[in-house]
Amino acid sequence: MDLHWIDASPSEEEREAVDAVLGAPSEHDTPGASLEEHVIRGGHALAQEQRHLLLPALHGVQGAIGWVSKGALNYICRRLTVPPAEAYGVASFYALLSTEARPPRVAHICDDIACKLKGADEICRTMSDRFGPPGSANGESTWYRSPCLGQCERAPAVLFQLAGENDWEMAPSSPDAIEKALVGKQDRLALPSSTPQTRTPRSNGLHLLRRVGIADPESLDDYRSHRGFRGLRRALELGPTGIIREVKDSRIRGRGGAAFPMGIKWEAVAQAPVRPHYLVCNADESEPGTFKDRVLMEEDPFAVIEAMAIAGFATGCETGYLYIRGEYPHATARLTQAIEQARNRGFLGDNVMGEGFRFDINLRRGAGAYICGEETALFNSIEGYRGEPRNKPPFPTQEGLFRKPTVVNNVETLINVIDIVLEGGTAFATIGTDDSTGPKLFCLSGAVERPGLYEVPFGTTLKELIELAGGVIGRKKLKTVLLGGAAGSFVSPDEINIPLTFDGTRSIGASLGSGVIMVFDEEANLLDTVLRIAAFFRDESCGQCVPCRVGTVRQEEALQRLARHPHMESAETEKALIEEVALVMRDASICGLGQTAANVVQSALERNLFSHNGNGAGKSNL
Amino acid sequence: MWGSNAREAHPIFFHHILKGIHNGAKMYTIDPRRTSSAQWSDVWLGLDVGSDIALANAVGREILEAGLENRSFITNATTGFNEYANFVDRYTLDFAEKATGVPRTTIQELAHTYAKADRAQLCWTLGITEHHNATDNVLALINLALLTGHVGRWGSGLVPLRGQNNVQGGGDMGAIPNKLPGFQDVENNEHRAKFEKEWGVKIPSKKGLHLTLMFEAMENKELRTLYIIGENPAQSEADVKRANKLLEGLDHLVVQDIFLTKTAELAHVVLPAAAAWAECEGTVTSSERRVQRVRKALSPPGDARDDIAIISDLARRLGQDWKTLSAQEVWDELRSLSPLHAGMTYARLETLGGIQWPCKDENDPGSPLLHDRLWKRPVDGRPAPFHVTAFVPPVDKLTKEYPLRLTTGRRLDSYNTGVQSSGYRSPIRNQETIDLSPEDGMRYHITEGERVRILSRRGSIEAPVRYDVNLRPGLAFMTLHSPDEVDVNQLTIEAWDPKSGTSEFKATAIRIEKIPLASR
Repeated sequence: MDLHWIDASPSEEEREAVDAVLGAPSEHDTPGASLEEHVIRGGHALAQEQRHLLLPALHGVQGAIGWVSKGALNYICRRLTVPPAEAYGVASFYALLSTEARPPRVAHICDDIACKLKGADEICRTMSDRFGPPGSANGESTWYRSPCLGQCERAPAVLFQLAGENDWEMAPSSPDAIEKALVGKQDRLALPSSTPQTRTPRSNGLHLLRRVGIADPESLDDYRSHRGFRGLRRALELGPTGIIREVKDSRIRGRGGAAFPMGIKWEAVAQAPVRPHYLVCNADESEPGTFKDRVLMEEDPFAVIEAMAIAGFATGCETGYLYIRGEYPHATARLTQAIEQARNRGFLGDNVMGEGFRFDINLRRGAGAYICGEETALFNSIEGYRGEPRNKPPFPTQEGLFRKPTVVNNVETLINVIDIVLEGGTAFATIGTDDSTGPKLFCLSGAVERPGLYEVPFGTTLKELIELAGGVIGRKKLKTVLLGGAAGSFVSPDEINIPLTFDGTRSIGASLGSGVIMVFDEEANLLDTVLRIAAFFRDESCGQCVPCRVGTVRQEEALQRLARHPHMESAETEKALIEEVALVMRDASICGLGQTAANVVQSALERNLFSHNGNGAGKSNL
Repeated sequence: MWGSNAREAHPIFFHHILKGIHNGAKMYTIDPRRTSSAQWSDVWLGLDVGSDIALANAVGREILEAGLENRSFITNATTGFNEYANFVDRYTLDFAEKATGVPRTTIQELAHTYAKADRAQLCWTLGITEHHNATDNVLALINLALLTGHVGRWGSGLVPLRGQNNVQGGGDMGAIPNKLPGFQDVENNEHRAKFEKEWGVKIPSKKGLHLTLMFEAMENKELRTLYIIGENPAQSEADVKRANKLLEGLDHLVVQDIFLTKTAELAHVVLPAAAAWAECEGTVTSSERRVQRVRKALSPPGDARDDIAIISDLARRLGQDWKTLSAQEVWDELRSLSPLHAGMTYARLETLGGIQWPCKDENDPGSPLLHDRLWKRPVDGRPAPFHVTAFVPPVDKLTKEYPLRLTTGRRLDSYNTGVQSSGYRSPIRNQETIDLSPEDGMRYHITEGERVRILSRRGSIEAPVRYDVNLRPGLAFMTLHSPDEVDVNQLTIEAWDPKSGTSEFKATAIRIEKIPLASR
C-alpha cells in the first residue's frame, strides 16, 4: 500500500516481543513466503481493522526491551500495514514509550502536587546526586520526573518501568528504596491500604467500598460470596429497557468530571440504529490528585467487570474496552486476572451467565498521556492513533469508538449501576441530595492526618470531609483546598462549608471534577504548586489546537516571570496577560484540557493565594 | 480491478479509487501478480495468466445459482440470456478453481459481493485485452454487468481504463481502420456520403487494416509504404525481431514523432512534430468520454511543427489544396460531421470544464452516463446482448521445456517503451530485471542480481534476476520500458485476437538458463 519502510531490522528479541502481542506472522508476512493459495486478504480495510493493535504492540516492545527501536517500529508497521511515520507519531506521543535508546531500568519519580507536598523535590535532588540528572544513563538504570502517578494518598510515589519484568509502583518511596529497586535489590513492596474507612473501626453504610478490605480481590468466589454478580443477574432479569429505566430513575450523573446524566447517555446508545455499539470504561484516571478508580480496580476488580457487563447488556454492546492508564500496573494485573477468571466461569464470553448474552472485555493500557482521559482522545488512543481529542459533535453516543455509537463512563460511575439495579433507581436517588444522587468517592491528600479514599453521600460539606480525614495535619491552619484536581480550582478556608454537590460547588465557581480534595496548610508554597500545575498543562497539552498549545506555554512563562520578580512593576501586565490567555484557551480549545488549564491559576490569583496578605507566607510573595 | 495495475499504470485515476477506499468502498483485484493495486484491495485473487474467462463465467454461474441476477433488467434490457445461462452452466466452481487456481470459496465470495453491491464497477486494462482472445475477455466481463444490472447507473459501470490521456480522442477522431470521426462506420454508405460531401473526395468503401494486419500485409509484400504518427512499433510489437525485419524491408517509411524513436531511426523521412501536450491547441478525450481543451503554452523546439500543419502541407504536396486550418476550425468541421460532438463549441468546453459525449447540440449538457438508455422502459435503442464466451487457455503452452509463465507490464515511473519517460531520472527506477518468485529463484539456483538467459520459443535475451515476493511460483514478470537494455518483446508471442488485433503480450512460455561462468 505504497508504504515506505524504514531501513532497519528488528532484533530477534524485538521480533518475539511483537509476535507475542500480534501472534506469529502468517506465511504471507514472511518475505519469500509462498503465494500458492492464489488469494490474499489485505488492503486498506484490513489495515484499518488491525490498527488498534498498534499501541499494544508498542507496549510489547517497550515492556520487553525497554525502548522502541527503529527496527522494532518497522517490524510492527509491516505486520500491521501502518506507515512508519504514523507509528512514530503514536510512539512518541506517550511518556511511557521511548523512541530513543535508554537504560532498561527506569524510575519515574512523581513530583506532582501531592508528592511535592511530601518531599518529592528532595527525593529528586538526592537522585540527581546519586544518578546524575534525569535521563542520564547510569549503568542499567535511569530516572525521570513524572506527573501525578495517582498514588497521592501514599505520596511520595514512584513507578518502576523495568524491561523484561513487570512494572510496579512504590508508594511511599524514599531515595534509598528507589536506588535498591533500580539496581535490582528490591522486589515489589506491598502497598499500604488507601481506604481509612475500611480500617477498624469500619465505617457503616459503605456502598462503593462495600467489599474493600473484606473480599479477596483475586478470588471470584469470594466476590460472589459478597453479593458479587447479583447485580448482573438482576439486570438480565430486568432487560435493557428495565435497566435504563432504573438508571434514569436514579438520576445518577457521571463521576468523571462532566457530570452528564448517565441514563440519557445510555438510552441514546441503546437506541442508536448503527451497529455495533461499544462500551468504553474510562479508567485513564490521570487528573492530578485522583486515585479513586485505581482503588476500586485494585480492591474490587470483579465489580468493574460486573458493572461493565450490565452496561453492555443495557446498551446493546458485545464488546467493552477498559482503558486503564499505563501508570497503574497493580490495578492492571488485578483486572487482567479478574477478567480471565470471569471468562473461565462464564461471566464474560459468548453466553454470559447462561443467558445467551454475548459480552467480553478488552483491557487496554494507556502509555502515559493525561489527555487520553478525554473521551474522544481515548477513542483515538484505542484505535491506534495519537491520543488527540476529536471535535464534538458528533458526540460519542453517535460516533465514538471506531466511529460507532459508544457509551463511555468512568469506573466509579459504572460501579454505581450495580446498586442501582439491585436496589432500584428510586432507592438510589434517596442517597445524597436532589441534584446529586448517590454515594461519592473523594480523594483526600496533602496536609490531612489520614489521606485516602473516602466514601460519603453527596451533600457532605468540605469541612466535614476534611474532619473525617482527621483535619489538617499537625493541627496547622488551613491555607486552601484544591478541589477537582489540576483542572479544578482553589477554595478558601471561608468557603469550606459548601456542600459537596454538583450545584453546591458551582455556587462558589468551583467544580467537583473527579473528586480531588487536596489540602494545603499555612506553610505551603502555593506559587510552587501553581507553577507545577502550569508546567503540567504545558507538558500534557497534546499540541493539536493552537489556543491550548500556545496558551499553556504563555501561561507558564508569565507565572515564572511573576515568580522570579514578585515585585516587578509589570506584575499587573502579567496578570492581564494571564487573564487574556485564559479567555482564549477557554473559548477556543478543542477539549476540556485547554478549556480548564487556566482554572487553577485564575482561582489562585482571585483568592490572592500568592500574596503576603494571604494567610501563611511562602518565600515568593507577590 | 480486473487485469489492471492502476496504482502504477493509471496513478491519477487510482487516486480517485483511493478516495473511494477511504470512504469504505470494497475492492477486489484480479491479477496473476499481487501488484501494488492488489495490495490496496480487500481481496486479491491471483488467477493463472489467461484464465479470466473461466473465472468470469464461474462468477456468472454462481450469481445465477444463488439467484442474485437482476431479472427485470435482464428481461427488459438484454438479449441472449438463455444461451448465456446454458453455456456458463458448465463453468462450475470446481472447474474454475482448477482453471484459475483461485479457491472456490473466494470465487463464490466475489460473485456474491459483486451481485449484492448497491453500486459496483468493473475496471480493466491490458491484463484483459493483451490476450489472443481479448474481445472475448471483455465480453465475459460485460456479461457480468448485464447479469447484475451494474451498468448505466450512477456509480456502477464498465470501466476500461485508457492508456493515455487521449487514446479515447484518437478513436473519437476516427483513427480506427473501420470508423470515421464520431464512430461512424466507414462501410456505411450514408455515413460515408456525409463525409464525401463535406470533403469533396471519394472515401474507400472498405475498412482499412489494423496494426497487426498491417504487419501481415507487410509480410505478404502487399504493404510497401508506411506513414507512422506517434507510435514506436520497432520496440512495442510482440515478437519484435520479426517486426523490425518487416519495417526494414519497406520501400518507404515515414515517421512523424516528437522523439527520434527506434522506429524513426529506421525511417527514410522523419517529420519532427510538436507535442500535443503544451505545444499545440486542441482537445483531448479522457476515459470517461470527457472532451477537454488543451492549450499551447510553449513554442515547439527547432524544426518541430504542429501535426495539423504537417498534415496540411503533406496534403498540398499530394495535390489537395488544404488551407492551413487552426485547431478550432478543424474542430468545428468535426462538430458539423459528428453528432456525438455537435454541441461542443470551444466556448462551451471552456465554460463547462469539459463535456462528455454524446452532446447533440449546444443546449445539451453532455452525457455522464452512456448506457442509461438500458434503464428506460422500454429500452431506448437496441437491447444489450449477452455473448457466449468460451475459455481458451493462452496460445503459448507451458511445457517441460518452457515451464515458466512470463507476463509483462508497466511500472509507475516509466511509460511504455520509455520513449517519453526514459529521458528522465527517477529515484524509484531500478535496473531492468526479470522478476521471479523467491521459490523459483531457489528452485533454479539463481541468486538475486544474477544475470540469466531467458528463452522463449521465439527468441532469447539476458537480464538480471530480482526476487519479488508478490509473484507466485511459476510466474515471471518483466516490463517493456527499456527495450534498449532488455528487449522483452523478443520473447513475446504475436498470436493475436482476430477481433481487436491485439497481441498476447501477457502470456509467454519461457525457461531460464544460468549463464556459464566463462561467458559472463
